[in-house]
Amino acid sequence: MRISELNLRANTIRQDIIRMLIAAKSGHPGGSLSAAEILTSLYFGEMRVNPLEPQWPDRDRFVLCKGHAAPVLYAALAEKGYFPKEELLGLRQTGRMLQGHPDMKKTPGVDMSTGSLGQGLSAANGMALAGKLDGKDYRVYALLGDGEMGEGQVWEAAMAAAHYKLDNLAAFLDLNGLQIDGPTDVVMSSTPLFAKWQAFGWHVLQVDGHNIEELAAALAEAKTVKGKPTMIIARTIKGKGVSFMENDAGWHGTVCNAEQSEQALKELQEEAANIG
Amino acid sequence: MAEKEATRNAYGKALVSLGAENPDIVVLDADLSKSTKTVDFAKKYPQRFFNMGVAEQNLMGTAAGLAAAGKIPFASTFAIFATGRAFEQIRNSIAYPQLNVKIAATHAGITVGEDGGSHQAVEDIAVMRAVPNMTVLVPADGEETRQVIRAAASYQGPVYIRMGRLDVPLLFDGNYRFEIGKANILREGTDAAIMANGIMVAMALEAAEELAQAGISVGVVNVASVKPLDIETIVRTAQQTKAVVSAEEHNIMGGLGGALAEVLAENAPVPMVRVGIKDTFGESGRPQELLEKYGLTRDALIAAVHEVIAKKKNQD
Repeated sequence: MRISELNLRANTIRQDIIRMLIAAKSGHPGGSLSAAEILTSLYFGEMRVNPLEPQWPDRDRFVLCKGHAAPVLYAALAEKGYFPKEELLGLRQTGRMLQGHPDMKKTPGVDMSTGSLGQGLSAANGMALAGKLDGKDYRVYALLGDGEMGEGQVWEAAMAAAHYKLDNLAAFLDLNGLQIDGPTDVVMSSTPLFAKWQAFGWHVLQVDGHNIEELAAALAEAKTVKGKPTMIIARTIKGKGVSFMENDAGWHGTVCNAEQSEQALKELQEEAANIG
Repeated sequence: MAEKEATRNAYGKALVSLGAENPDIVVLDADLSKSTKTVDFAKKYPQRFFNMGVAEQNLMGTAAGLAAAGKIPFASTFAIFATGRAFEQIRNSIAYPQLNVKIAATHAGITVGEDGGSHQAVEDIAVMRAVPNMTVLVPADGEETRQVIRAAASYQGPVYIRMGRLDVPLLFDGNYRFEIGKANILREGTDAAIMANGIMVAMALEAAEELAQAGISVGVVNVASVKPLDIETIVRTAQQTKAVVSAEEHNIMGGLGGALAEVLAENAPVPMVRVGIKDTFGESGRPQELLEKYGLTRDALIAAVHEVIAKKKNQD
């Protein structure tokens, strides 16, 4: 029951991603769709948050390091009740709160402004350090992309998180294997990622990033790890849930036309009907 | 000669006293704590000091996260690495979300000396000034540094503080009042005004004194707050003297001279001469020798005052 409920949430988030991108006429569907279960497992499973008090000092925090996947974060925040769903249709439009990349000044529930790749994990580290300093029990979560592994700052932050023993931090790696110019193995290979994060001093887990149960188990395990941060490498499919987008780098930053949108929503609605 | 103290030394002391008053003050450094003088804070409050190693981008990003969680981080390294290596982290992780980070940079300008041009920031004020939400402060001596650090800690939002390596004369005592957004008139004058900050303030006062002996009345304004700029004081002084010399240990483009030129062109177009580094990199050498070589001396200021007064006369 609980699993199917969460799968339905992820499906709703995917449908909202498609709807908001149709309205915006630009944005990043592929890497948003790949992270739907990850965001669902955080906001509807693990995280201690209160949408009525977005600035609650004791809340868990989430940093979307791969800020271009803003639609999946906005869809999750709206689903959670941080702001009305109608706002989603204002994505990327002048004077509206939902910026092309997350903006903590404009959008309730966004814990850190991101968008320039490589910077988010450092900020998550800072939040985790502050939590330890204040003796608070909140946890900090982050989501990085695999293309983002090319940024040197990620590895600076990886080193520092282990050095400062940030066991109140867990990061996901959305391993969809594709970046703008093509497969990550072709553009700039970052393998072996498991060994790299382990060598940097992290507790590393590997899960199917579309499997709610595996994600929940990984998050539960991360909470038991002491003295080091946890990296959850989540194997995902870029464009997941929309047949013609799946595993196609071309859908990194391109949006559907009217006909494709209809097809995408139809597929997702069929999937929803089959859940549970 | 008056007593001397490097602004970085005053910074180190100011941090320690602030740390005692406010538990939210935290300090980050990038393996330069002995040089930036954050080491004093690190010894006194080890739990609140984070050495980030040689990783300036992560230094700024971590400071942003600490600020997002309610801390008041002072992030320190040399000016070149803070504003150069970590420019975009400052821009996107600190200034864009308007996080309460104080970027306290030392070793600015050519008075870094022997380490040479790679380590002498001559463009840091220009780049920081162009970033929205950023406040830019350049103290002239130890007392002003203490006040600048306290003002920055009390202010809510990102601040860039530029300090130096070299010992500089103590100019002010406890009666001096620094305020963000306010320029301080240190000396009144009628023939010209030198508007200076940092190490050039002491030289400006010496130049004005010497010119007074020659019957030339030169005012001196300390513009420690480069952004926000005290437009009212600057314009009023320019209107009174009708001749302005800017003086800074920075490229004459984009820094104090640039900022003053913008304000004067719009509000009080008067003849102006910019004293500073003439769009060139520095080099290795003794600080005093470099100051002479690059034209940052009392004599250079005196020459600039003569030049600007000649310009004014030509206009009449």
